[in-house]
Amino acid sequence: MRKIISQTEIEVNEEGYLTNFSQWTEEICECIADEQGICMTERHWEVIKYIQEKHNNDEPLSIRGIKKSGVIDIKEFYSLFPGGPLKKATMIAGIPKPKSCI
Amino acid sequence: MKNLVILGAGTSGTMMANHLVSKLPKKEWQITIVDQYKTHYYQPGFLFLPFDIYTTKQVKKNGKKFIPKAVDYIQEKIELILPEDNTIILESGKNVPYDILIIATGTKIAPDEIEGMDGPEWYKSIFDFYTYEGAKALRDKLREWKGGKLVVHISEMPIKCPVAPLEFAFLADSYFKHKGMRDKVDITFVTPLGGAFTKPKATKALHYLLEEKGIKEVTDFAIERVDYENKKIIDYADTEVEYDLLVTVPTNMGDALIERSGMGDDLNYVPTNKATLQSLDHQNIFAIGDATNLPASKAGSVAHFEAEILTDNILRFIKGEELKEEFDGHANCFIETGNGKALLIDFNYTHEPVEGTFPFPGVGPLNLLKESRTNHMGKMAFRWVYWNMLIKGIHIPFVSATMSTKGKHLEEVE
Repeated sequence: MRKIISQTEIEVNEEGYLTNFSQWTEEICECIADEQGICMTERHWEVIKYIQEKHNNDEPLSIRGIKKSGVIDIKEFYSLFPGGPLKKATMIAGIPKPKSCI
Repeated sequence: MKNLVILGAGTSGTMMANHLVSKLPKKEWQITIVDQYKTHYYQPGFLFLPFDIYTTKQVKKNGKKFIPKAVDYIQEKIELILPEDNTIILESGKNVPYDILIIATGTKIAPDEIEGMDGPEWYKSIFDFYTYEGAKALRDKLREWKGGKLVVHISEMPIKCPVAPLEFAFLADSYFKHKGMRDKVDITFVTPLGGAFTKPKATKALHYLLEEKGIKEVTDFAIERVDYENKKIIDYADTEVEYDLLVTVPTNMGDALIERSGMGDDLNYVPTNKATLQSLDHQNIFAIGDATNLPASKAGSVAHFEAEILTDNILRFIKGEELKEEFDGHANCFIETGNGKALLIDFNYTHEPVEGTFPFPGVGPLNLLKESRTNHMGKMAFRWVYWNMLIKGIHIPFVSATMSTKGKHLEEVE
């Protein structure tokens, strides 16, 4: 699926996750965050950078991993990305939604 | 003489001992298996024990019966693995050297990971059914329970047999109906995932089951603690769910041995090549079943398919040949839906469970992703298959280690 955001055309899947990370920019990131009702702050950026780094290293993302990250505790993670913090944070970071097996 | 050592005599370890004993030349290789416990449990039976569908006798046997005579069976706790020295140390201090090591130490529940779970209410109003003790205690509780709020809960992923909690909720619905007290029981299914089924296709196809059975759903619930005094579970977003009876699946973790030996990830699972089953850190160490960190289900069927591929790869490794990158994450699971019916799902790393027929394309007799009585008979017959074929390493006819796409209505996922 194609989507126009911040005057740029990007490829997303049916849930709205970017399918091509090379299309991710900080402007697009802020627009997606805005759509999720989130206004990006310094703290948000730190978390986004952290999860992008984990993703680049092929390390799976989990709530437990966040707990041990040293970057943020879970309470704050929830307050920064209310609702489903991992789902929202990964969408904003332009990486796939964390998978879990059946 | 060379040594092949298997750690753990559960489903995976026992299968590997049986496969390898007939394949490795006896004059060159001694196979040893180590496990501290004497009893081999039929773990899928733990789902049925709480509802008095299976008796305690039907889910346990003496493990020794299933270990071939030519295999050295050590019943002792393992203290440490020293991968740099190719040795394991037993609790008694005895060293067991190996040329090849297979880690099959499984996964365990860790209720102490969540505050308040493993406290004074454990096995009083809070139960697990992933252990023999838990399932049995829950059976006794259900026999006398007068009703109220039953919460079936998953703490965090990954867990062994990811569909079991849902099956538990379905069977509970049936159980209370038969007891004539369904109206006195309120069933809620609480999951950290976005839906009751983790795969989107299955969620769409099967959501009606929850509605039909009047089971409420709370999704995206990441538990922070159990408030056992006020009988509620609380998540990080401060969502609260009240219960009278909490049936939880605690955090699952690999064996503490893996942590002690410094060989695991955050959850003590062994980082393993997902196609070859060789450990990522040591060439002569392989891992199988629940002990690995593979992105596949932790289930007996997965271990069964892995065992066939791992056996081939061990033989290749011994001959100095390249390992086959063959394991595709194949899983094949019956899902009990209550009232004498079940579903069957068949999937792998890249293919979601879809509708179709199994194992014969277009014929069945089993239906994929659809409720039927035949599927339920399949699940019930599987206990016999487990004790008499599966753990003995006998190939199950018509079911291949890698997933077949024949007879399926397919759609590829990324």
